[in-house]
Amino acid sequence: MPWLSYQKALNRALADAMAADETVFVLGEDVRAAASTVTAGLVGRFGPERVLDTPLSEQGFTSFATGAALVGMRPVIEFQIPALLFLSFEQITNHAHKFSLMTGGQCRVPVTYVVPGSGSRTGWAGQHSDHPYSLFAHVGVKTVVPATPADAYGLLRSAVQDPDPVVVFAPSAALARREDTDLAALAPVPLGSGRVHRRGTDVTVVAVGHHVQDAVAVADDLAETVSVEVFDPRTLYPFDWDGLTESVGRTGRLVVIDDSNRTCGIAGEVIATMAERVRLAAPPARVTRPDGAVLPFSPELDRATQPSRAQLAAAVSLVVKERP
Amino acid sequence: MTASAVDSAVGLYRTVRLVRRFEERAIELVRSGDIVGGIHPYVGQEAVAAGVCAALGAGDLVTGTHRGHGHVLAKGADPARMMAELTGRESGLNKGRGGSMHAADFGVGVLGANAIVGAAGAIATGAAWARRRLGTPVVAATFFGDGAVNEGMLLEAFNLAALWRVPVLFVCENNGYATTMRVDDAVAGSITGRAEAFGIPASTVDGQDPEAVLAAAREAVDRARAGAGPSFLECRTRRFDAHHTFEHVVRLRYRTDEELAGIRARDPVDIQGARLDAAVRAEVDEEVERVLANAVEFALASPLPDPLTALDHLYASGLRPRPGSGV
Repeated sequence: MPWLSYQKALNRALADAMAADETVFVLGEDVRAAASTVTAGLVGRFGPERVLDTPLSEQGFTSFATGAALVGMRPVIEFQIPALLFLSFEQITNHAHKFSLMTGGQCRVPVTYVVPGSGSRTGWAGQHSDHPYSLFAHVGVKTVVPATPADAYGLLRSAVQDPDPVVVFAPSAALARREDTDLAALAPVPLGSGRVHRRGTDVTVVAVGHHVQDAVAVADDLAETVSVEVFDPRTLYPFDWDGLTESVGRTGRLVVIDDSNRTCGIAGEVIATMAERVRLAAPPARVTRPDGAVLPFSPELDRATQPSRAQLAAAVSLVVKERP
Repeated sequence: MTASAVDSAVGLYRTVRLVRRFEERAIELVRSGDIVGGIHPYVGQEAVAAGVCAALGAGDLVTGTHRGHGHVLAKGADPARMMAELTGRESGLNKGRGGSMHAADFGVGVLGANAIVGAAGAIATGAAWARRRLGTPVVAATFFGDGAVNEGMLLEAFNLAALWRVPVLFVCENNGYATTMRVDDAVAGSITGRAEAFGIPASTVDGQDPEAVLAAAREAVDRARAGAGPSFLECRTRRFDAHHTFEHVVRLRYRTDEELAGIRARDPVDIQGARLDAAVRAEVDEEVERVLANAVEFALASPLPDPLTALDHLYASGLRPRPGSGV
């Protein structure tokens, strides 16, 4: 089977979505030249009317897409850097997200916002390294963070087909990931369904996005002493609470690795919900960015503010040491 | 009466009269506690909505503002369902989920009142662009106040609309105040100069005269339909009443006594009414009273929404979010 990269999977998902539905179009900055590579080849295949290069007007073109969606189109916006979501946060959360309820269900706003290169890119410093997926989960905008190429394909396809706004975070640290893929088997992955990457019996590690790879690696490293289950929620909102409850119900122990700032990050919500639903055998733990993290430039400092495998291994060891 | 074309002299009068009396009845319902949260009365500005909407076709689109009742009614929404919306009823345009500041009626092309100043311009631009792309072109008119011309979002919309020659009509209702902020204290340069900077044809019109607004709007709509792109209309108008009905309780001093004394000197209802035969005018007035009596009765007799449905419509997909309590 061919090797499919995460980036190429996103590209393929966009092309397939555009081929399947005339109302799908892509807009954003430098999308014709495909600066991020995710839109490569689309303008040649679908023409400039469906691959719209926008001026640097993130707020303007975000609401422009909302308007287009209100009359029946399915826009896909590419944001080159995650911080642009701060700029367009109002347009997404206060308009696109609210229109279905505020109009009493008269309209739908099927816009997809894709960020190919969320989180740290190492060396891009304070204003290009954020990972604000928890913000969108907090306000209730559908939020997905695929970890693998096949999931990147499947979740992006589902996001575009969904009748509501969906933000797709494609972590920088996952973009280069490649996997042996049966291209014919690529298919939409339903929003709100988690995935167990590795079965285990002692502890459930919930890993978000690129940290799924870290969690699997740590699980392998610790395999002789601890049986770790790796749960990838894939969608942070709506979250697959039933799937996770089943996992944590079996293992009784919980660790979360999440590239959010600590306060109000999704890790806190995962722990709170499992504490409500499951009698845990030991206090849970989370590995996150520090509170209020601003990623410093120097690579040493950049790495020091992100969750690491060493921190995860330590957290797992601590949580399994506790006996009921 | 309803047989008169909306762009006829009688039709324009009916619209300004309907909006005026709707607002006055709504203010009564604010005072009686039937409308919770108050309203931003459109009293005084009726000629703008009436004139612009009379220049549009039934399939054309509009976006409104927090002071938006006039836009929704002038575009053809049912006053009874509008009043039911303001009183938070299940039978309201938005099933009681939107209220005064978010009233929408997609069936008549009202994509919604939008309560964030300057936010709807880009939405209207995107909608009009998309309808052209879909092969079913329409014109979109987007209303905003003088306060909005200092919002970056709106200036971004001007650029996109001009760049892509989108059939959109930007309608600035310059009533002289952004809440309490005088336009002269807020706007550097000129209002029309903002549009002109993007190459958008801009004109200033007497916003108290429905026929003057209609004539200017017609030109702009014709230009849009001919593929010439956006236009900008500054309608000089007066807000006779409060920014919001809370001012009926807490009086804010930002207009001089002289200004307040003369504020109703040019009343759009009288200006248009004077163009009609007295008997015709009286007939319209009676019809409007009947429509509004029915609207108030319908609203107050309509059932209130069931609290168990508070999360309905949050997601078009039907997703049920977790409730705020319980596991």
